[in-house]
Amino acid sequence: MSEIPTDLRYCGTHEWVSGVEDGVVTVGITDHAQEQLGDLVFVELPEVGTPVEAEAECAVVESVKAASDIYSPVDGEVVEVNEALADSPELINDDPYGDGWMFKIRVADETDLDNLLDADGYREVAEAE
Amino acid sequence: MESKTALYEVHKEMGARMVPFAGWSMPLHYGSQIEEHHAVRRDAGMFDVSHMLVLDLEGGNARSFLRHLLANDVDRLQGSGRALYSCMLNEQGGVMDDLIVYRLGDDWFRMVVNAGCADKDLAWIERQARPFCVAVRPRRDLAMVAVQGPRAREKATPLLPPGFAGVVAGMPVFHAAVAADWLVARTGYTGEDGFEIMLPQGAAPALWRALAGAGVSPCGLGARDTLRLEAGMNLYGSDMDEQTSPLESGLGWTIAWEPKERDFIGRKALEPRRDDPANRRLVGLLLEGRGVLRNHQKVFSGAAGIGEVTSGGFAPTLQRSIALARVRPDIGETCSVEIRGRRVPARVVRPPFVRRGKACIDLEGVKS
Repeated sequence: MSEIPTDLRYCGTHEWVSGVEDGVVTVGITDHAQEQLGDLVFVELPEVGTPVEAEAECAVVESVKAASDIYSPVDGEVVEVNEALADSPELINDDPYGDGWMFKIRVADETDLDNLLDADGYREVAEAE
Repeated sequence: MESKTALYEVHKEMGARMVPFAGWSMPLHYGSQIEEHHAVRRDAGMFDVSHMLVLDLEGGNARSFLRHLLANDVDRLQGSGRALYSCMLNEQGGVMDDLIVYRLGDDWFRMVVNAGCADKDLAWIERQARPFCVAVRPRRDLAMVAVQGPRAREKATPLLPPGFAGVVAGMPVFHAAVAADWLVARTGYTGEDGFEIMLPQGAAPALWRALAGAGVSPCGLGARDTLRLEAGMNLYGSDMDEQTSPLESGLGWTIAWEPKERDFIGRKALEPRRDDPANRRLVGLLLEGRGVLRNHQKVFSGAAGIGEVTSGGFAPTLQRSIALARVRPDIGETCSVEIRGRRVPARVVRPPFVRRGKACIDLEGVKS
């Protein structure tokens, strides 16, 4: 079974969300998601400054197998993206919770984070697939 | 419930991610599809292709039967131990399957057909064979392993049964050697040198383990697909099917029109279209912008839709996205492809994209 760190929050659509630091969260895709997708070959990230909405598409990852939409976990604004992914999308396969992070969002309403899954809740989603 | 090849347990043991494919449970990859791809281009990799159907055709009329059944002409096989690529057409000239046929004796031929077409092909071939009194024998008792890459022959040869080493040492491409229930052919589906080995199922796990011990990487269907796409080789069901003719699938070269009196199935339907300037073309595309080409994306010239991607993906050797596309014959040197709602520029190129480890196309493009 894939790694699901307990200090993160999760979406049913396989994104992870870090704890809030100065009003900002980091977002990536889970170990389970990268395993299902296979080797990643292309990542399209939002531009810094883009407003995002919870559960709306805001990025795309493409693997050797298929393209998948990435959804924003919360309402807010993109304040930073992982530029390294443009040349090295495989960072997501190698280190999904570390160097493979995708973007950072300034959260509009921090209580939105309470709607996300914890590690146990996400494990149930992943195992049901 | 999917069928399992003789290597199923070995795949699981070696960490394969198994997926259903044409009624079989087959390895998709053993960890990284891209690493497997590179192993074949740079060294040696092996594929379990036992899901493909091996058919033996025997009898005094086997040769004349195959000259009727196939669009290519088995009379091009001068003597035993030679192989030929051919399409098998229906009466309308559509492609029922593409296959390799081996001549193994005066009255003995062997065909290897796609797993996804196995039942349909067998029924069709048995029906066509009846008036010729040719025996059609499926060889589900055999497993098949493809060993591919620049060092594939060197690594595989010492592991073959005694007697093969001398025979396969200088064996030219598209030749095959047979001994007992083993067949070793210098053929493949990757654009690299190598062997395809048919052998009794019981002997397959030991061969696979021995090859792994010799440093041959186990490879799954994922790498098989990116390798064949880079090599510009068609995939049945994606790049051609019963609704498309070989003339519109980049396979015109496999139709043997001479001698004129050879009456192969599909000839009557295809002959009038042979030099038709309206025939669509199967071309290669190299994506110039960002993204990944995928099957069924639409191809445009200016604002006009001119065709569709039939096989698209990421080419690990080129680090670019490539595709095969069926398009109108008047396509120019460039086009655009609609990727997720956006038109992305692409260049029209002549496959193969990669052969024997080297790019065959200019990745920079020539700016005029």
